Amino acid sequence: MFSYPQNLAISLTEEQGMLLDVARGFVRDQAPIEAVRAQLETETGYESRIWQSMVEMGWTGISLPDEVGGAGMGIGSAVPVFEALGGGLLGTPLLSTTIAGQLIWRAAGEKAADWLGRLCGGQIGTVALLDHADWGVPNTGLKLDETGSLSGRKHFVADAGVADIFVVVANENGTPVLALVERNALASDALSENVLIDLTKRAANVDFTGVTPAHVVRGDSVASALRDTLLLGALLTAAETTGAAGRCLSSITEYLKTRKQFGKLIGSYQALKHPTVDIYVGMENARSFVYHGATIVADEPLSSDAEVACRMAKVAADDVMVYAGDRAVQFHGGFGFTWECDSTLFIRRAQWAQQMYGGAIHHRKRLAALLLDNEENG
Amino acid sequence: MTDSKAALKAFRGEVAAWMAENVPADPGFLLPLTFLEVGTEQQLDFLREWQHQLWSAGYLGMHWPTEYGGQGADPAYQFIVDKELSRHNAPIIFNTIGLNWVGPLLLDMGTEEEKAQYVKNILSAEEIWCQGFSEPDHGSDLGAVQTRAVKEGDEYVVNGSKIWTTLGNYADHMILLARTNPAAERKYDGLSFFLSPMKVAGIEAHPIRKVTGEYGFNQTFFTDARIPASCLMGEEGGGWKVAMKTLEYERGVTAGQASGHWGVTIQIDDMINELRVLEQDGEALLSDPIVRDDLVGFMMEAKALSLSARRMSVSALNTDYPMGLALSVKYRGTEYERRMKQYTASKQGARSALYVGDADAVRGGFWQRAYFSNFGATIGGGTTQVQANIIAEHVLGLPK
Repeated sequence: MFSYPQNLAISLTEEQGMLLDVARGFVRDQAPIEAVRAQLETETGYESRIWQSMVEMGWTGISLPDEVGGAGMGIGSAVPVFEALGGGLLGTPLLSTTIAGQLIWRAAGEKAADWLGRLCGGQIGTVALLDHADWGVPNTGLKLDETGSLSGRKHFVADAGVADIFVVVANENGTPVLALVERNALASDALSENVLIDLTKRAANVDFTGVTPAHVVRGDSVASALRDTLLLGALLTAAETTGAAGRCLSSITEYLKTRKQFGKLIGSYQALKHPTVDIYVGMENARSFVYHGATIVADEPLSSDAEVACRMAKVAADDVMVYAGDRAVQFHGGFGFTWECDSTLFIRRAQWAQQMYGGAIHHRKRLAALLLDNEENG
Repeated sequence: MTDSKAALKAFRGEVAAWMAENVPADPGFLLPLTFLEVGTEQQLDFLREWQHQLWSAGYLGMHWPTEYGGQGADPAYQFIVDKELSRHNAPIIFNTIGLNWVGPLLLDMGTEEEKAQYVKNILSAEEIWCQGFSEPDHGSDLGAVQTRAVKEGDEYVVNGSKIWTTLGNYADHMILLARTNPAAERKYDGLSFFLSPMKVAGIEAHPIRKVTGEYGFNQTFFTDARIPASCLMGEEGGGWKVAMKTLEYERGVTAGQASGHWGVTIQIDDMINELRVLEQDGEALLSDPIVRDDLVGFMMEAKALSLSARRMSVSALNTDYPMGLALSVKYRGTEYERRMKQYTASKQGARSALYVGDADAVRGGFWQRAYFSNFGATIGGGTTQVQANIIAEHVLGLPK
């Protein structure tokens, strides 16, 4: 008989609770929405003082182990931080750097201590993954040849413009390896910036042709590290998106409580009230999945329960954010259609986030196989 | 008090053994899916005896005080019993209005006399309770009820009509919301709350047939019915507050209910096991990519409900919208179940059109009946749409 896998662990450690409070306070005090807006059309998309503060608070090393200079709190502890950043629509390269750290750590462990130490210390890392726009297939197009030189381009590399360290997913004789590339090894014309839909984020296409990596991580652990890192990317993006959905919800409710039409506060109309409740409920669902994920992901290779959790978190967060961003514009009426209205930021964040680390259908298809075809369940 | 995990585990074993021995076999006639559909004397007698048996064994109202028939135990014990009842496909524990609404209400707000008079008999099923809140013209808008109660000496004379009175034709008592002062400035201040007897002259319950084809509902008519003035609970004119408290118990917002086993439990696993053996286009239904995706959606909903229920106890994750998760449970859970049952009922090829009574119906028409029956949950205790208003106003702070 089928029995639905019922790992329902959900908890919050004292440290995670403190991180949530501290990160929310930081975003509220240091990066109000006006400050975020001021960065929309700058080159990097964030203020360096904000990044410095994050580094000083230890956020770049939260989830990396003590022996490489991190706080050893595990990847689940990054979740409240990203939820808080999402709540302020605050960009910064923290997501890229965290994901780069996870990939290196999971593939190379302490052998890459120097590199990980640099990330903990505030150097910016990013993973150069995609050969193409499809999150659902392996990336084998960029080659590492026998002379130790790379050839090929990577697309949509997050925060490439500011990254110090590129973790390039490369193909060496049909086997995936990680090529660690220093920024100064790139040709001067290697980067071409993407025009992203979300102006709080940055990405670029990068040509690595002719670059000799400073270090190459090889071995069986690379493939499993890649798989797990993509799932963690989905979880952390879901955390950030859930935070953004919460903020979007409050912007909607604030407007519904103050705007009058036909002599009534528009929040009294059920046509606006009920969809807003569905945004609320969807946000709480996503938050439950995100914290369930945060509870069960670990430094070890991810279990199938953890895989289910990461994928469900991403689906739930995407769904609610797309709906919330879309309704935020609509419910603000003519003002919602303008650049001045924060709904603009939310709907753009929604469209950016829903594709990151694979969209809802990508994950749902894999969830169907995990949940319906597993022998143990069948 | 919190008992050790080992103690709870041992208790679970004890209960499971008792259930294996005592859960009654299929009586050979159709049993109701929920307490809302007890429609025959045969069902009533069977369920009454079963509830009495469970209570006599010490497994009902376990966290209620011993002086009123409970066991004075931690609520975790009742939770285990409820889980085991569900796991053993036990018949429902049907005196739900008494067990889950009236009992907790009396323990919370009742006088010593009221508790002593009523609570034990609710547990033992010696007395059945019904609820007289909704009226034909006032369903969701309870503040507008019109049934009149006029004090004459040491009695109230009641006139009017209540509707959707589940178990009304069998009940011994009713929690009755009636208007004692039509002239009150606020309509709410004219209402009073009674613990009314049902078996008195002038009170008649007329069964109403439901969409499932079954009975269980009644329209209750009051024609110069005289009830003792001592039936008034709280102050005259103070009925609204008591009624709202009752709804908190009914909607599960406040804990204290004696048993969660008021209906046949249908889990996501039941749905998938049912669909797994069905075919479409000559292939397993579960090989269809659209069906697979639909099922992922249902599994996510089921998991989100369970996770959010657990999250309620993680206080740091509940501070943004206090009470939000608790108030969302009925809104989300009942609608999810309705859609899940409709989906399963509709994926059976031509057999989707068969109903209870047809020998070829999938599982005896269980899913079709369960789908229709589920409207009791999406409408009763405040419709989904009213729940949405409650969440909008009380959780999100939107204007009325």
